[in-house]
Parts: sequence; C-alpha cells; structure tokens
Amino acid sequence: MKGFVSVYRKELYSLFASPVFYAVAFTFLIIAGYFLYSAIVYFNLLSFQASQNPMMAKQMNIMEMVLRPFFFDLGIVLLLISPLLTMRLYAEERKTGTMELLFTYPLPDRSIVLAKFAAVVSAFSVIMVGTLPGIFLLNYLGNPTWKPILCGYLGVLLLGSSFMSLGIFTSSLTQNQIVAAVLSFGALLMLWVIGWAKSYAGATMGEVIDYLSVIKHFDSFSKGVLDSRDLLYYLIFTVFFLFLTLRQMTAYRWRG
Amino acid sequence: MIEAEGLTKFYGPLPAIRDVTFRVERGEVVGFLGPNGAGKSTTIRILTCYMPPTTGVARIEGLDCFEQSLAVRGRVGYLPENVPLYGELTVKGFLRFAAGAKGVEGKRVESEVRRVVGICGLESIAHRIIGHLSKGFRQRVGLAQALLNNPSVLVLDEPTIGLDPTQIIEIRRLIQELREEHTILLSSHILPEVAQICQRVLIINKGQIIATDTPANLTSQLQKSAQIQIQVRGQAEELASALESLSGVHKVSSAETDNKRFFVETDRSRDLRPEIARLVVDKGMDLLELKLVDLSLEDIFMQLVTEEPSQEDTPS
Repeated sequence: MKGFVSVYRKELYSLFASPVFYAVAFTFLIIAGYFLYSAIVYFNLLSFQASQNPMMAKQMNIMEMVLRPFFFDLGIVLLLISPLLTMRLYAEERKTGTMELLFTYPLPDRSIVLAKFAAVVSAFSVIMVGTLPGIFLLNYLGNPTWKPILCGYLGVLLLGSSFMSLGIFTSSLTQNQIVAAVLSFGALLMLWVIGWAKSYAGATMGEVIDYLSVIKHFDSFSKGVLDSRDLLYYLIFTVFFLFLTLRQMTAYRWRG
Repeated sequence: MIEAEGLTKFYGPLPAIRDVTFRVERGEVVGFLGPNGAGKSTTIRILTCYMPPTTGVARIEGLDCFEQSLAVRGRVGYLPENVPLYGELTVKGFLRFAAGAKGVEGKRVESEVRRVVGICGLESIAHRIIGHLSKGFRQRVGLAQALLNNPSVLVLDEPTIGLDPTQIIEIRRLIQELREEHTILLSSHILPEVAQICQRVLIINKGQIIATDTPANLTSQLQKSAQIQIQVRGQAEELASALESLSGVHKVSSAETDNKRFFVETDRSRDLRPEIARLVVDKGMDLLELKLVDLSLEDIFMQLVTEEPSQEDTPS
C-alpha cells in the first residue's frame, strides 16, 4: 500500500477545500434534521393518544417509529448527495491533467483507488457525525436502545460506501464531473427501484432482481438487525465497483 | 540511462510514433526536438510509464518501463507538458504530497521539500495556493516536484514554454546546474534553447527519429557551404565583383538595408577569411567586421523536417 497515506491526505484536503463538500453537508444535515424532527413530533403526538389507550401504548416503539423511518430517509438523501461527493475524484484529475502526475509517481493503481475511496467515505462519515446531536436529543427526550441505533448507522455507512464505490467508478469513466454524477445517480436510482420488477419478472428472475435491489438489504439494518447476508451484499457491491475502477484505470493507461 | 528500442504507439488506427530508437547515456543532457504533433510527448509518456507502447521496449537505468513500472517511476522525475498541478493545494502542501507519493520516508519529507524549494527558489511563495500562482512559478513548482527524492533521470516536457525571457533564462540556468547529477531528456521546439543546453539533439518528425547528433556535428553535416559576413567602410561599389573573383567563392550578395555589408558564400573545405580580409584592405577600405556564420539549428531543423520523405517511409 505504498503511498496510500499521501494520496489519502491529499484527497481529504481537496475534498475539504472544495465548496461542494460544504454545500452537500449543509443540505444533507438540514434535510436529515428535518426528517428526525418530523419523526419525533409525530411520535410525540401518538404518545399523547397512547396515554389514553393502553392497547396502543404497548405498540409504541422509538426504534420502529422514529429511527427506522429516519434511517430510510437518510438513505434517500444519500442517493442524491453521494454522486456529488464522488464525481470529482477521477473526472477532475483527467480534466486538469494531474492524472499524468498521479500515474507517473511510483504509486500502485490500487493504492490510488483505495485512497480516493477511503477519503470520500471519511468525508461522508464526517457529515454523518453531524446527525449525532439529533440522536443525543432523542436520547434526552426518550430512552432508545443504543445497539440498534449503532446498527442503523452501520447500515447507512455501508449503503454510503456502496454508493460511493459506484460513484468512483463512473467518475473514472469521464473527464466531465456532471456526466459522472448523472451516470452514478442514474445507476443508483435504477438499483434502488429495480425491486419493483420483482412482481412481474417470474420466480427465479424475480429473486435475482430482489437480491440486487440496493435498498432491500438496508431494511434489516434500519430495524436494528445485523444480518450477515446483507453485510456481505454491501461488501461485495463495494469491492466489485472498486475492482471495476481499477480495471478502468488500466484501460485508461492503454488508451493513453 | 534511457533506452528506447523500436517504440511504436498507435492511437486507434493512427500511429503516433513509429519505431523510435535511441539511447541517452548517464549524465548526458539531450534535447528532443520536433514540430508540434511529431510524437515528442507520446515518446516521453512511454518513457515515464504513463502509458505502455504498442510495441517496442523502453528502459530506464536498465529497468523495463512496462514490466518494472513502479521501480522505473521511482527513478524518474517528470515535468509534464503544461505542468498539471493541484490548484487547491499550497506549494508546500503539494510538495509534501508529492514527496510522500514518491516514497520519501516520513522523517525526510520536510528536509526534502526544503531542499527542492531552495533549488527552485520557491521560498517566497511556499505557503501560497498553487491556483493563484503565475505561469513562471507554476513551472518552477513543476520542476521542484520532479526533483523530489533526487531521481537519477529527469524528463522535462517543454520546460520553458509560455515563460517570459527572464524566466526562460532562469529555468535554463537551473537545468544547467542540474546536469551534473542527473541524466536529462528535455523536449522543446525552441531551437536556440536546445543548442545552448544540450550536448546532443534528437530530431523527431512525423513519429520517427530523423537525426541524432551534437548540434555542432549536425551543422557541419548539413551545411553545404560556409557563409562569411563582412562589413566595410569606404568605396564599396566594386568590392562585390572583386570578391567573386576569388577562388573558392560561390556567391556574393549584399545586405538589402546596408550596401556596406556583404554575405560571401564559400567552399567549406577552405577557410577564406584571411584572403577576404587582405582583399578588402588592399582595395583601400576599412574592414569593420568579419565573421563566419554558422548554419543555425533552426536552418538544420527546417531542412530536416521539410525534406521529402524517402520511398520506404511513404505510408502505403
């Protein structure tokens, strides 16, 4: 992993130096805050009704009624912002010609890919830290259990990593950042809604399609369940697109 | 040491270079000359492992550029054409990154960065953002990154393009200083520059090496006649015909703006300067100036790149 640290630091610096990161972080946190606030207020309303009705009181569950929708909503916002975080990673280097520096330094291609990926996931994690005050507030108002929350966060992080691995790949295909963002957004949206085809796709095909759906595997995490099958799905997804990026780098070299 | 053997590179169906072969010995400074689009950058990119050749072998210090790419890249300092740099980083920040990427160990990074900043005279701008720098400073930052980790081979693609005359002189001086420790291959289409800095030139045209020698040898090989320029004072009307009657003189012409200035074309085999001087003085005129005009590298270059391609080179 020669040079990983140098490239990682450079990438982080570039990410934090660009206004895109701040615009994305701002938007993400405002929307995330709004979702959490709505969920809490709604839960509050239901709690009032539940105080009159013992049957209903039994069904009140913070994880199920506040955090699960919250994590799902984060997933949707993630769909919008992750292409914006990843679009510049390779496209900009190709545009400005700095690829020529990167490619002639003694750096293995896989160090470059991994460092770029690690940097953008780190930047995303920094944004995610911004949602923690909301969770602390929730902890102050009610008494949610922490382990399912951690599981939910792990799910968001895995979902984010998968999205960003795909984003890196589309960024490596072009020197135009907008094209990279549009391609990755389109691909992610397609993978998000592909599950809808399950109903008419036939038995075997339906199962395959269902398995491919990127959001289906998020369900268990949002419920606070750590399922190794879903964990594996996201890991394979990420590794697959990072591998494609690596191959694309080699192809880029050959084409010159 | 740089070796290229039969390098050929196709972009799609079009060959950018064909069968390029040359050697640069250790400690040599070699100029790589050619018109725009002749294949200079393609050759250089192969040598710096940016891309592999379609066929042929490139070796740096005996290591294969394709098979041992990482080892080669660690030994080459490369200044790409147009100097791509990370505009959002500071000069020091960028050099630190480049040092790390080039495998300078953590403890040595600071001292190594300080060394190249010193060589390239970047102290005053070390903390500025690269995106705000002038072209001349960018060029020097580019050179500084090439020098990091003291590579034995330096490959500079158009190091002086787009600079003003003072900056060009500075960069040239810098390259002169570097020649002692490095093998240098620099490309350029500015000919006087190459003639000044380089011990040897490679001339490439339409993807093929068409000449390689020292500037002096190229001159003497291609020069079919010698030209002597003289300037006189006094009655010069009959001088031209008198000069023409000297044996060995082919042609005498006078300057258009100044009828006291003559260009005498003579045989290369004999040095006619003493005889011309005597003749002028005998005619009762003052000889103000007399010099042998060498064919410039420009003339050679023009001669070479405009020559008709021979039969075998013609694409079928």
